[in-house]
Amino acid sequence: MSDAVLEVRDLNVDYGLGDDAVRALRDVNLTLHRGEVLGLAGESGSGKSTLAYGLTRLLPPPGVVRSGEVFYHRDGGDPVDVLRMSHAELRRFRWAETAIVFQGAMNSLNPVHRIATQLTDVIKAHDARSTRASRLDRARELLSLVGISADRLDSYPHQLSGGMRQRVMIGMALALEPKVVIMDEPTTALDVVVQRQILRRLVDLRERLGFSVVFITHDLSLLIEFSDRIAIMYGGRIVEEAASARLYRDPLHPYSQGLLNSFPALRGPKRELTGIPGSPPDLRAMPSGCAFHPRCPRATERCGVEVPVLGVPEGRVQHSDHRGRTVACLLHPVHDNGF
Amino acid sequence: MSYLLKRIAFYLFTAWAAITINFFVPRLIPGDPVQALITKSRGQMTTEAVQSLYVLFGLDKDESVIEQYFRYWGQLLRGDLGLSFTFFPSPVADVIGDGLPWTVGLVGITTVVGFLIGTAAGTVVGWRRGSWADLLIPVTTFVSSIPYFWLGLIAITLLTGRGSFFPASGAYDTGLVPGWDWEFIGSTLRYGLLPAATILISSMSGWILSMRNMMVTVASEDYVTVAHAKGLSERRVMVGYAARNALLPNVSGFALSLGFIVGGTLLVEIVFSYPGLGLQLFQAVGAKDYPLMQGIFLIITLSVLLANFLADVAYLVLDPRTRREG
Amino acid sequence: MAVVPTTAAVTPVKRRKPRFVANPKATTGLALMGFFVLMAVIGPWIAPYDPSERSSDLLQPPSGKHWFGTTHLGQDIFSQVLVGTRSVMLVGLIAGVVATVLAVLVGVTSGYLSGAGAEGLSALSNVFLVIPALPLIIIITSTLPDTGNITIALVIGFTSWAWGARVLRAQTLSLRRRDYVEAARATGESTWRIILFEIMPNLTAVIASGFVGTVIFAVISEITLAFIGVSDAGGWNWGTVLFWAQSQQALAQGAWWWFVPAGLAIALLGTALSLVNFGIDEFVSPRLRGGGKTRVKTADGRTVRMRVGFTPVLGEEAK
Repeated sequence: MSDAVLEVRDLNVDYGLGDDAVRALRDVNLTLHRGEVLGLAGESGSGKSTLAYGLTRLLPPPGVVRSGEVFYHRDGGDPVDVLRMSHAELRRFRWAETAIVFQGAMNSLNPVHRIATQLTDVIKAHDARSTRASRLDRARELLSLVGISADRLDSYPHQLSGGMRQRVMIGMALALEPKVVIMDEPTTALDVVVQRQILRRLVDLRERLGFSVVFITHDLSLLIEFSDRIAIMYGGRIVEEAASARLYRDPLHPYSQGLLNSFPALRGPKRELTGIPGSPPDLRAMPSGCAFHPRCPRATERCGVEVPVLGVPEGRVQHSDHRGRTVACLLHPVHDNGF
Repeated sequence: MSYLLKRIAFYLFTAWAAITINFFVPRLIPGDPVQALITKSRGQMTTEAVQSLYVLFGLDKDESVIEQYFRYWGQLLRGDLGLSFTFFPSPVADVIGDGLPWTVGLVGITTVVGFLIGTAAGTVVGWRRGSWADLLIPVTTFVSSIPYFWLGLIAITLLTGRGSFFPASGAYDTGLVPGWDWEFIGSTLRYGLLPAATILISSMSGWILSMRNMMVTVASEDYVTVAHAKGLSERRVMVGYAARNALLPNVSGFALSLGFIVGGTLLVEIVFSYPGLGLQLFQAVGAKDYPLMQGIFLIITLSVLLANFLADVAYLVLDPRTRREG
Repeated sequence: MAVVPTTAAVTPVKRRKPRFVANPKATTGLALMGFFVLMAVIGPWIAPYDPSERSSDLLQPPSGKHWFGTTHLGQDIFSQVLVGTRSVMLVGLIAGVVATVLAVLVGVTSGYLSGAGAEGLSALSNVFLVIPALPLIIIITSTLPDTGNITIALVIGFTSWAWGARVLRAQTLSLRRRDYVEAARATGESTWRIILFEIMPNLTAVIASGFVGTVIFAVISEITLAFIGVSDAGGWNWGTVLFWAQSQQALAQGAWWWFVPAGLAIALLGTALSLVNFGIDEFVSPRLRGGGKTRVKTADGRTVRMRVGFTPVLGEEAK
């Protein structure tokens, strides 16, 4: 696809080495398009955070990327593989092209430096020609972008509320006008009102500045509201991918259905709240066949033997909102030619 | 600045406690403390010494303990610590006045420098975890277990002797008259080099280990990952993010262990016959010079409290969270 | 580790070594310590000579007859070091026990209870923490009429509990707010029951490491006291050996064997105890653990180090 910014191909991530290794991501394929908000959903341990940190090479030890490719499409240039970059190249690439807003709003900011320092050091690192004054101007601009008054520049992180800190992090992520912003559970620690405020602002900014977002959360209701497309992860694999409206109305994978049934409907007819029985799989001892089959209400004997492949489901009309729709479930036979 | 005020109040309280302990320790022995000390010295005490002890303990007059306590305070505030009988009839205050500059110069400087070098080395060892730097850990563990004074003995055996650059004892060439001229300063530096190196090596290793552990702990904090994600230079992440935060517990650890370190470093003076408080304490112990021992204990305690206070101020500067808002 | 919550859950079972004895540092430390305890018990029996006995072999370097050489009076230094082990270990252990008991009493009480009494105890331990311990011990022991092992051990024990108390207090304060403690309190369990059965078991590691730390300090202190001549020079310990070596100018006479063995023994014992403490530290906070292999070979043959911030890419062919 021509308008892709980030393409993940056959990404395999392990924790540990050799025989002790735990396979946290298995053959993950994912494409992020220009200007879209792509949601990643799944229970904890499904690999969504591992995916975000694996493709940026920020996984702490014992995490290793075993194989795969992560192509980043520069403006008017050849795509580059993030996984083949040297440390120096990676440093130049980071934040300038892909920025990350981390999970812990409380711990993402360095407690001993002022907000100004933390906003400007990243500009300085990537633009040696910038002056102190220009960096401070930019920092002030970034704070106003996320709705924080400029006099907070001299504050220390502990003097800000949780919501403010997270907005500072979002402002910081936009400092170098990256084309991709990865948000890992950016609002989980915040209360619902602040959560929505922040996400609303983010979506506005996205429209103004035109970056793409990978939005990771276990809260599917937030994704359906704020993202264009959603990929559902289970046991280190992507099990379904679809436009969010489509996924909401017509989930194919029983796991997606289970996730959707675990929160109340936003509008439309009332559904029964059921949730999913059982608990997420232990990555050290994955079930055979489809990883979801022990918890699946519609599992057959075949599910315990055969690993379903992600592909475009047969017999579905290729609507515009079916673009890129894929599923990995034996209930839904897929085209061989995939996607 | 209520934090600083609280600390000041605490140090004043501790100083009071130390002085009170100093007052009561000899009085807790049943009977006449002077008599007990005379027995202990196996009759080596001169009559002047015995008299000096009676005056020090306030037993020359017929007073209650409370009256003695207040008189003790009065004496202290006038700087009167009694008479030393090793250096009879010099007042203890004068004897200590002679030794203090040497100790501050040697122990003070090396303790701080040892902390700084050890912390810097620990930063690198912790940051480069899993590399060759890890080999330093068993070495430093062993070195930090060696008593300071024994390392001094080894240094003297190996590095001093006839024709060696390093003198085995003293603080300056005895042929020189102390003064602010280059010859004397040069001689002081030459004599101080080996004792200083001994203290540095033993005190450094402890800081390397603790800073290394803090670096390992801090390296997995979120803000360090964020710093990496921002594409900051290796140096900036290591110093500005990881080490800057790992330093905080190390500084408070430094403040808390000053009391332990100073005790150990004083012994280096004994081994090198360096004319500071440590050597004086050694001489006082040998001669059962109780007034001098007490005086040295007080001065060391007060210096350690002062150093602690300075470390607190440093911590205050380093950690914005302890500062009051606004 | 809030960044990647899955890491902890997926750490391989084999890599995890939950048992303390499986830690190589702790095992080495314990083995060394066991050796010293054994020497403390049997040392006086297996010593080839009476450590105080004079002979005509004055100031002899190490030989088959005298493994560690002899003193200016012809005493056998090997026997002195061997016999001295008992005093060193005895003082270390007694002082360690006394200080640990005091630390637990003061630390846990001031951490669990609130009010002026608890604040007072906490202030008391801070006072003892900043007063330089060694000079204080010297002041006290030089006043006391008797300076045998037990007295020295008690003085050291009574002056060096503050560090442990401080750490224990901090730990107790955090434990007190845990859910299960709150629950126990809500069901009306008595304070002492909660402290004994809910809090204390969770303090074991902290208490153990405090104990080991105090033993190190006590050993060094005892040796120092003997070295500067405060304690009774009649009994033998490693410090007494060094005291005689120093006062008889062993250095000037080139008699290195007089002070090297005792010093090495101190350093070895200190290392053993530190290793045990590292083992406890790593047992308590897994971040400090070596974590097995840290070097990775990539498919094209380069070796990279596993580190925070730059995940290694192996580049293997997909399986």
